[in-house]
Amino acid sequence: MTRLAGWGRTAAATASVVAPSGEAGVAALLARGPLCARGLGRSYGDAAQLAGGTVADLTGLDEIGPIDDAGAVTVGAGASIDALLALALPQGWFVPVTPGTRQVTMGGAVAADVHGKNHHRDGSFARHVESLRLATPRGVFDLSPEVDPDLFWATVGGMGLTGVVTRVRLRLLRVESDAVLVDTDRFDDLDGVMAAMVEGDERYRYSVAWVDCTAGGARTGRAVLTRGDHAPAGAAPPRAPRAGRLRVPFVAPPGLLNRLSVRAFNEAWFRRAPRHAVEVPHSLGSFFHPLDGVADWNRLYGPRGFVQYQFVVPERAGETVRTAVERLARSGLVSFLAVLKRFGPGDPGHLSFPMAGWTLALDLPVGAADLPGELDALDDLVLEAGGRVYLAKDARLAPAKVAAMYPRLAEWRAVRARVDPEGVMTSDLARRLHLVGR
Amino acid sequence: MENAFGQPQSVVVLGGTSDIARAIVRKLCATRAETVVLAGRDPARLAEAAREAEEYGATRTEVVTFDAEDPASAAPAVADAFERAGGPVDLVVVAVGALGDQSEFEDDPAEATRMVSVNMTWPVAALTAVRTRLLAQGHGRILVLTSVAGVRVRRSLYLYGGAKAGLDRLCQGMADSLVGTGVRLQIVRPGFVRTKMTTGQKEAPFTTGPNEVAEYVVRALSSNAPVVWSPPVLRYLFVIVRHLPAAVWRKVADL
Repeated sequence: MTRLAGWGRTAAATASVVAPSGEAGVAALLARGPLCARGLGRSYGDAAQLAGGTVADLTGLDEIGPIDDAGAVTVGAGASIDALLALALPQGWFVPVTPGTRQVTMGGAVAADVHGKNHHRDGSFARHVESLRLATPRGVFDLSPEVDPDLFWATVGGMGLTGVVTRVRLRLLRVESDAVLVDTDRFDDLDGVMAAMVEGDERYRYSVAWVDCTAGGARTGRAVLTRGDHAPAGAAPPRAPRAGRLRVPFVAPPGLLNRLSVRAFNEAWFRRAPRHAVEVPHSLGSFFHPLDGVADWNRLYGPRGFVQYQFVVPERAGETVRTAVERLARSGLVSFLAVLKRFGPGDPGHLSFPMAGWTLALDLPVGAADLPGELDALDDLVLEAGGRVYLAKDARLAPAKVAAMYPRLAEWRAVRARVDPEGVMTSDLARRLHLVGR
Repeated sequence: MENAFGQPQSVVVLGGTSDIARAIVRKLCATRAETVVLAGRDPARLAEAAREAEEYGATRTEVVTFDAEDPASAAPAVADAFERAGGPVDLVVVAVGALGDQSEFEDDPAEATRMVSVNMTWPVAALTAVRTRLLAQGHGRILVLTSVAGVRVRRSLYLYGGAKAGLDRLCQGMADSLVGTGVRLQIVRPGFVRTKMTTGQKEAPFTTGPNEVAEYVVRALSSNAPVVWSPPVLRYLFVIVRHLPAAVWRKVADL
């Protein structure tokens, strides 16, 4: 038995972990009974664990095929973006969509339909998937947006509950250098940064803002906006990402990240950013994967761990973002730099998170007595605005709110029932939110 | 399933009509508890507690009756409660106990046996059955209400205090036996609480109400503290109390 948790290190589960080495092993596991798929455990909550059950560790399915001239490559579901980049970057190819860490597997990227700083322009991960192979209790399917689109779109964003993804065929992005040319702008309030994003995001492939939710008064929501695109040839050539040299060696004592320390950090970080800078070259690693600079950084949150709260609201509901930031600043809850981003239109995934509008992501340490209630109140705000929270980050949503946030849930359940009528695929997330019955 | 804050969705309460248990259930139902199974002696009071749970947000309640003076009723009651929960149980609260005025019955061996039965033997039998079921399930949490009266036993209630002491110590060992299994046992040691059980008793320093105890319990669900003192200051007070010379303790215990 192994103790497993999500990246937030809350609600750990003890489960029996089995690591199949290939598609045959996956099929054997599916025939055995309730199963949960897991990659590198970077979902923040309980999506990749099954307390008292069997968890398939798929990192052994890490085969990476040759990259063809058009940039298409077939990758095993357990291979990470890190491993793919190590192979692809020296050949001049980059992943079309990447979250803030390279330590996610292809299967995880599909299951959560991950997004990156280019969502407003390039959509989420699914848009770049040519096809994928899904092992289900009712057999193996090769899916694409053309071949069995229902099951394809139920699987991307489906949180691993339609079956086990074993391989993904992905279209990569051509890059000519290791550099991203970044424009940075600092704003003293939230209105400023949001207006700038509405006005200028279309000119950039990548755009993201970091918002300070601890500053009070007139400085509430001050932000640093970074936007850019890949530098043309001439700068340093693309090269494999390097592993971070720092690591948090042990779980920090509780309370290390408290109001004072987080405020001080946010202050320093805000002041460090230039008020306005144009086309400053950043390396791919530092621009896309700042979280990979320090290994095991989640241990800084101490033994109780933290929750990440990420929501999206439609374009017209920008006011909800402001209300959320103001509520947080007022509540005195400790929140590390929040990430604000504008999404483009969502894809047809039944449970895919992104929709055209604003998304805000917050890291909050567990411990404050008013945190659970405060997040429940934020859920209501988000729902009222027609938005939703991201299941890959969730560790605490009330199940009654899921169907309202994901209106195609019933449709998704019907597609899923076709390939998994007995409910073999499950997870603690699925059980907690009653996605697939208890 | 429990969420990141340790808030359960499915709860079984043994001793579900006690004031402290009801306060805990109210708090849990106000957060994520959906299914609540209440086990106790009196069907009318169980029904009332179940209604209250629903009023606070439970979507399904069930009741089970048992007799805490008969340890043989423990295993069937636990089996029935788990059956009625109809799925995995996230949290089992053990809040069975009886106090009374010891001076009225301390010369009666049958009464002494009854006190030990209700406060220790029945809970231990039930815990044994609960432990097996949660281990099979692979996850779950047990909260056992003992008492500071068992930390240093007083002359005027040595039957209650002694039985609670036995339960408390036994649970420390049981908690250790569960490390690494996915099942967790936490001991709750309230001080004097104003409830129907303590009506007529002389209040002790740091007396609280049931809602305060429930508040500390809910916090402990997220911190996973192995022992929860209510109020927390008693942890420090009892460091002193435990080490008082017997002669001094006899003088101050029943002031």
